[in-house]
Amino acid sequence: MATETAASRFSEPPAPFATGTVVIRFDEVSLAFDEKVILKKVSFELRAGQMKIVLGASGAGKSTVLKLILGLLRPDGGQIFVNDKRVDDMTEDDLMDVRADLGMVFQEGALFDSLTVRENVGYRLFEETDMPIPEVDARVQEILGYVGLAEYGARMPSELSGGQRRRVAIARALTSRPRVLLYDEPTTGLDPITALTIDEEIIKLRDVDGVSSMIVTHQLRDAFFIATHEAVKKGAGPDDVEFGPVSPKNAEKTEFVMLRDGTIAFEGSAAELRASTDPYLKAFLS
Amino acid sequence: MNRLTQWLKHALLEIQDYMSLLGQVGRSLVTRPFYFRDFVEQLDAIGIGSLTVVLLTGTFTGMVLALQSGMTLDQFGARSMVGRLVSASMVKELGPVLTALMVTGRVGSGIAAELGSMAVTDQLAALRSLGTDPVRKLVTPRVVAGTLMVPVLTVISDAVGILGGGIISSTQLQVANSIYWNNVTASLFMDDIWMGLIKPFVLGFLIVTIGCHVGLRARGGTQGVGRATTQAVVAGSVAVLAVDFVLTKLLIVLLY
Repeated sequence: MATETAASRFSEPPAPFATGTVVIRFDEVSLAFDEKVILKKVSFELRAGQMKIVLGASGAGKSTVLKLILGLLRPDGGQIFVNDKRVDDMTEDDLMDVRADLGMVFQEGALFDSLTVRENVGYRLFEETDMPIPEVDARVQEILGYVGLAEYGARMPSELSGGQRRRVAIARALTSRPRVLLYDEPTTGLDPITALTIDEEIIKLRDVDGVSSMIVTHQLRDAFFIATHEAVKKGAGPDDVEFGPVSPKNAEKTEFVMLRDGTIAFEGSAAELRASTDPYLKAFLS
Repeated sequence: MNRLTQWLKHALLEIQDYMSLLGQVGRSLVTRPFYFRDFVEQLDAIGIGSLTVVLLTGTFTGMVLALQSGMTLDQFGARSMVGRLVSASMVKELGPVLTALMVTGRVGSGIAAELGSMAVTDQLAALRSLGTDPVRKLVTPRVVAGTLMVPVLTVISDAVGILGGGIISSTQLQVANSIYWNNVTASLFMDDIWMGLIKPFVLGFLIVTIGCHVGLRARGGTQGVGRATTQAVVAGSVAVLAVDFVLTKLLIVLLY
């Protein structure tokens, strides 16, 4: 176990962001791989409690946006801020602190295939803190219960279905109580019923837990479902949540960003996206 | 000309990345956190895991060496000197090199495949997003364990090789055991033992760092993992032989 005394950071829920706080800011960010331009002076902001759904064709740079936020890639130009800290020129060691407040759900889950579900979910607490093992186990059990997989702790990732793997990936991202969640294609490759359960987890985290989030996807059905539905807590249990059409007030929480040819072709609500007369957007949505 | 420039650029970039990895490993050795449990697991995986193949290789190499050198020495009526030849060859050259080549095939390829699979399935990115530096967690424990275990395996290989040579000397060449073992000890000097011990430290470090380097750089799904595994074995084996030559030359100058 690595020696670090960050257990307290993960044992209690962090203080929520003040309303309107800018959590993530892209300021004229550019990136190219050799000759291929991925992002061209892209700017946007994600505010506390808000959700941004990034759409775009394959290769449009959607996943790249998430990797830039995490500091897994460095931009060629522009600035990226996470929680008011500039991350594009940070050292890897300093980035570790920033990443403590970010949870990432990778495409296909990216679960550690040599570890059990319990070890995957509790990875950060087991390896990067000195939190007592019983406390870590309790947190892992709590999170697995939250995503409906309380009985699956001893299983290996290879024994899970696609949807279960995705839920374990969400659980792993949640263990350290991040205030920002990043989802990379969370429902790609899943059947519609399973995708719906993932959509509901995402909605629950946004509306019940107030987590700010960015979703990268090209699954329009899931993107619109998330944008047009809300979760309301009805009781104390993790399952005591009711889903329904989004209220006008909560509809503002979710915005779409459409990437095209390295730039933002559209930024706005689900209703504005549907009403757009732009031929490319119409073709994309059809 | 353009292709040559491209190739040179690629080669330089590869060397730069390799040196950068070595720098990161160096830094992770002197700064926290350390992943001690992973280090112990790697000692077991590299050391105990490679024991069978090293025992077999060492024994058969010593046996065939005794047979071949016995035939040659017979021409000079010096069959009784077979112990000198076996021990000097095993300790100075064959033990270190053959052990290193076996470890390259078993450990170098395994490391490249494991890290390569993690790279192409985003597990390395996941590690970083969870606050873990993959070099500290995956590379450094393997490099330290490999650097320490290859010399241990080499000593074992030397011992069983000399023992195998002894069995062949007494059963096939009719050389008395006492004569064989007297020759073994008489021909070995401290300088030879130093040479046989210094080499495997360097070769062990080389095998594991090459395996880690190509594994971490794997791209392009399962094909990329396959390529990384092949590269680890080919580059590792060539590097073992080339560095062995350079080291031998250097140690002869320094020790003798």
